[in-house]
Amino acid sequence: MTGTVSTKRNMAARSFDAFARMSIGRAFGSVMGKVAGGFIILLVLTAFFAPLIAPFDYAAQDLANGNSPPGWPHLLGTDEFGRDVLSRVIYGARTSLSVSGTAIAISMTVGMTLGAAAGYFGGFFERAVMTVVDLTWSFPDILIALIFVAIIGPGLTSTTFAIAIAYLAQFTRLTRAQIVRLKRETFIEATINLGAKPAHILLKHLMPNAIAPVIVVGMLAIGDGIVLEATLGFFGLGAQPPTPSWGAMMSSGTAQLFLSPWVIIFPGIVVAVTVIAVNLFGDELIRALDIRDRLRGA
Amino acid sequence: MLLRYTFQRILMTIPVSIAISVVIFMIVRLLPGDPIDNLIRVGSSPEARANLVAKFGLDQSLISQYATWVGAMFRGDFGDAIVLRRPVADLIAQNLPYSLNLGALAFLFSSVFGMILGTVSATTRNPIVERFVRGFILLGSTVPGFWLALLLILLFSVHLGWFPVSGARGWESLVLPVITIGFGGIALVARVTRVALMDAGREDFVTLLHAKGLSRSTILWRHLLPHAMLPVVTILALRIGWILGGAVTVEFVFGRPGLGSLLIRALGQRDYPVVQGCLLMLALAVMLGTLIGDVAQAAMDPRIREAKS
Repeated sequence: MTGTVSTKRNMAARSFDAFARMSIGRAFGSVMGKVAGGFIILLVLTAFFAPLIAPFDYAAQDLANGNSPPGWPHLLGTDEFGRDVLSRVIYGARTSLSVSGTAIAISMTVGMTLGAAAGYFGGFFERAVMTVVDLTWSFPDILIALIFVAIIGPGLTSTTFAIAIAYLAQFTRLTRAQIVRLKRETFIEATINLGAKPAHILLKHLMPNAIAPVIVVGMLAIGDGIVLEATLGFFGLGAQPPTPSWGAMMSSGTAQLFLSPWVIIFPGIVVAVTVIAVNLFGDELIRALDIRDRLRGA
Repeated sequence: MLLRYTFQRILMTIPVSIAISVVIFMIVRLLPGDPIDNLIRVGSSPEARANLVAKFGLDQSLISQYATWVGAMFRGDFGDAIVLRRPVADLIAQNLPYSLNLGALAFLFSSVFGMILGTVSATTRNPIVERFVRGFILLGSTVPGFWLALLLILLFSVHLGWFPVSGARGWESLVLPVITIGFGGIALVARVTRVALMDAGREDFVTLLHAKGLSRSTILWRHLLPHAMLPVVTILALRIGWILGGAVTVEFVFGRPGLGSLLIRALGQRDYPVVQGCLLMLALAVMLGTLIGDVAQAAMDPRIREAKS
């Protein structure tokens, strides 16, 4: 008896795995998916192997060669302190991806837990959670982030938490909508009638079915998080020098806007291309998983 | 019916404003250290400190402190700026008109051009136009606002010299900021208009109108557009908040006076009375925006009035 149950569970897990792998494969199927997905993989690898790829030390100053235009040996030029822009952009990928990724992971975990609990248990808890969520939902993410930075002060930690809080409402709403919709399905009713416990129903039956749209939205949110991180960095409220960050690079570049525009142009292009790639790949994923309608409902 | 809905909707903003003001009130109390140190200049005399303690009731419970604080806000007393050494209310009154001007123009700009672009792309069925609009929408929703602002400055102010780099003198100084904020908005409005028009075009009553022999343009102007406006108004109402968010960034880049640049500068200088005042005003503006949007929506669609009252 136990044997069959565990094989069944394994099969369920395996089929979910296979389903996920298949849909990611399908997202890579189109030309757009290949290009966008390829760029994202390349960027992650660049961030990971930054010390091996970067031609110069990101903090090494060379005042004699300050503000030199793109060319050899500084492919993307240097900033006012003579630091290599390319190396700083490469190291900046580390900051941007890790801050945005961590923030969205926190946001997704908390949002999914809150949303699932609100959707499943309903009642006063649901109303309390949704009131707070709707409150933050109507506010622009930059304003929420600024309130948070005002409390814990500038820096990468507060940037991470600010991004996590700014997107929390989105995940909570989406998860709750999925759970509320699924709860009405016959198979859940059957499971309840068979005497399954809430934790079992939530973790084994509701979440696996609700998770796909949340993951896709999470991926898109990483793109938004990168923009928000860059914006806070640009205001001087994010990464503090000498930590290389795309936003902070552009911030220090504004003083030299006329003299060395490349300090601003290249990090900006990287931010824009990254976010566009994330969006395009997200679109392909939505198509591959066939969840456009489920995203619209929330 | 609409009046009743409006009244109920206004009542709903009361708990929301209380919640927001509590959060903003707590900012100073959650900071490490004595709140007085965050509200007063370093090296102030003991008398000045005692005055502040008496004014905000800092020796009393949090709840009565909050009541005192909100009471002062209602009388227009936002405290004194630490760095700028002036009443925060004065600073806000001085900067608010610039932000409202910029926000209103950007809103108008993005709504008008967004609707035109969306309508064109939904009606022409030209694959090139279609692709252009889709690319524009993608760019508009992904390119960071402050970077776009810097590029526009580089191109139009530095190289072409058409518009001033920064400041707020004359209408020329408004052109680039309005374009920057409006850019993302145009894309969003265009996308929603396009989808709404195409959805509306599939309805049975449109087929009937075609069968009756009405011209394409009559159907578009008299029947399709009014029908498709509802989701557009919804998204426009949400845009009010986002435009204010965008204004914060763009004001800072263009060095324009305004609530946004005041807030960012105050955050950098840890001038907390100013931070609190600006955040409160921005939050109120967002709330007012969504309120107007909701009422406009209810005025257009009886189903919303019915559902909520």
